[in-house]
Amino acid sequence: MSTEAPAPAPVPRPAASAADSAYVRISDVSKKFGDFSAVDHVSLDIRRGEIFCLLGGSGSGKTTLLRMLAGFETPTTGTIEIDGQRLNGVPPYERPVNMMFQSYALFPHMSVERNVGFGLEQEHLGRDAVRRQVGEILEIVKMSGYGARKPHQLSGGQRQRVALARALVKRPKLLLLDEPLAALDRKLREHTQFELLNIQQRLGVTFIVVTHDQEEAMTLGTRLGVMNQGRIVQVGTPADIYESPATRFVADFIGSVNMFAGEVCENGAAGLCIRSADLGCTVRAARAPAGLSGAGVWTAIRPEKIQIAREAHPGEAAGENLTRGTVSEIAYMGDMSIYLVRLDSGSMVRVTLPNVRRGTERPIAREERVWLSWHGSSPVVLTE
Amino acid sequence: MRFSQATGRRLISGVPTLWLLVLFLIPFVIVFRISFSEVRLAIPPYTPLFSWRHGALHFEAHWSAYSFLFTDPLYVSSYLYSLKVAAVSTLCCLLIGYPMAYAIAHARPATRPLLLMLIVLPFWTSFLLRVYAWIGLLKNNGLINNALLYLGVIHEPLALLQTDFAVYIGIVYSYLPFMILPLYSNLEKHDAALLEAAADLGARPLRAFLAVTLPQSLPGIAAGSLLVFIPAVGEYVIPTLLGRTDQLMIGRVLSDEFFENRDWPVASAVAIVILLLLVLPILLFQRVERRQLESAQ
Repeated sequence: MSTEAPAPAPVPRPAASAADSAYVRISDVSKKFGDFSAVDHVSLDIRRGEIFCLLGGSGSGKTTLLRMLAGFETPTTGTIEIDGQRLNGVPPYERPVNMMFQSYALFPHMSVERNVGFGLEQEHLGRDAVRRQVGEILEIVKMSGYGARKPHQLSGGQRQRVALARALVKRPKLLLLDEPLAALDRKLREHTQFELLNIQQRLGVTFIVVTHDQEEAMTLGTRLGVMNQGRIVQVGTPADIYESPATRFVADFIGSVNMFAGEVCENGAAGLCIRSADLGCTVRAARAPAGLSGAGVWTAIRPEKIQIAREAHPGEAAGENLTRGTVSEIAYMGDMSIYLVRLDSGSMVRVTLPNVRRGTERPIAREERVWLSWHGSSPVVLTE
Repeated sequence: MRFSQATGRRLISGVPTLWLLVLFLIPFVIVFRISFSEVRLAIPPYTPLFSWRHGALHFEAHWSAYSFLFTDPLYVSSYLYSLKVAAVSTLCCLLIGYPMAYAIAHARPATRPLLLMLIVLPFWTSFLLRVYAWIGLLKNNGLINNALLYLGVIHEPLALLQTDFAVYIGIVYSYLPFMILPLYSNLEKHDAALLEAAADLGARPLRAFLAVTLPQSLPGIAAGSLLVFIPAVGEYVIPTLLGRTDQLMIGRVLSDEFFENRDWPVASAVAIVILLLLVLPILLFQRVERRQLESAQ
């Protein structure tokens, strides 16, 4: 025989750190349904072992992006790579990716054990190996002893655990979770959230979580990607996104915010000065993008960063970061109270105050005149 | 006057109960009674079960009709033939109907009503007419033979009519909608996420179908199969018009006993035995159905 064995092609191995910081690489991915762009030129790098939350409203494209990662939808353009492997054209059943469905999608005619073992059976593992691995993962999700039950014999929380076990048992490189906690009631949710974090850290699997619930995203995610109209608007840690939103959409979508239009009147060493007619005072922001000038900017101030008082502090510069108004509504929430204050300019400001003490002597009441003030580091200046 | 809720409920369930009593149970009892009589030349043409003689009530039951069924091989072979024809037809209906039902259930929601309409459309023409039409297609100088002769595929006409093949064609053609409709209504309810989950866990499409779709469609398969199998066993018109003359199906035998031989007891016994043969699969079906209901809750 004279056939020559081809020399083995050198496998390009990027440096470990690079592979870790872009473990999942989504490059310029778009998905069109007819004329509608569900996902619009999204590029995203996801690190090994992190929990990345895709946060957005309905129709923001987050689920479509997730389904493209799972292989249920094909990108119209762009590429998806996991651990250096290009996934375009790879069918769902050959991807190193597993998904936990929002409805859990447990097979109703199979026992818990067979549901969890289904993925392993597809790999033609021996019966004993399947049983052992199923036992291990059920132990981790605290569902040992439920193996013989059918899904309809389980509670919502138990079903969620089985779905998680089924998605984790193959030790995927990437686990996709579609609204993992949406079907649970509030109390169970909080508990499950922390347990999910615990399991993720134990197994070290990279998670991508899709959710519309910002609270869920904040507690679960190491990093968040906020999506709007098919685009990624901002990527960052929960604190980044909450404290330094990049756009008015992000500021408004994550938590509540007071937003006022204004114009730049001074931009120097002492920070940025914005005159706002809506607010009835000048805002001095300690941190602001350099080189801003002119009209068409917004200041965003979180409700918990505003102080409310009957009298102005003597130290505060007159007319700067200080304004007056009348309390129009108070909502007592137990741990905190929400004050809606009508400014003299007519616009409304939302202020939250933690109820630090029991039974304050003389709480601020409705229709009282109050001063609102904030620290120079609180306002966020936004241009779009 | 106002009905209490219980009265209303009793009224609603009473009507169908009365219907079944008058139109099913009483005729059944009559047929059952006749099957234990003997033929006589009189009106009615059978001996009474109870009679007054010499001032005393006499009870006289005969097994002769039943024992006759098992002595004459005509009956046994007709029963077996009917069961075979019904079983093969049911299987054919399932093999043809399942892909059709599956395709309709997976068609775009807007086109589904149209496709279902096409399945039901043949019912708008008389059943008898449609079976007669098959004679026109299958006979020696019929459409199929003429076409094949013209194309040169065959040189003399195939004997299609009065064969098992013609009976299968007739039954499958006539009963296919009864297979497709229950299967469709089952398949249409399947959760698409389950198939995605199977694919996600590494199952290729065929595996996913066998592991997820097929087991979940068993109630639909059972319902469709019974709806085809039960009437096919007693089928009279199709084998009479299209079928063999040397091997009768049991429905034809029953009719002949009744109208040709005027042997009411044997005709009744034939009917009772068919009923017994069919009650078995129905009970089986109900067990499957009940188990399905339990697991759905």
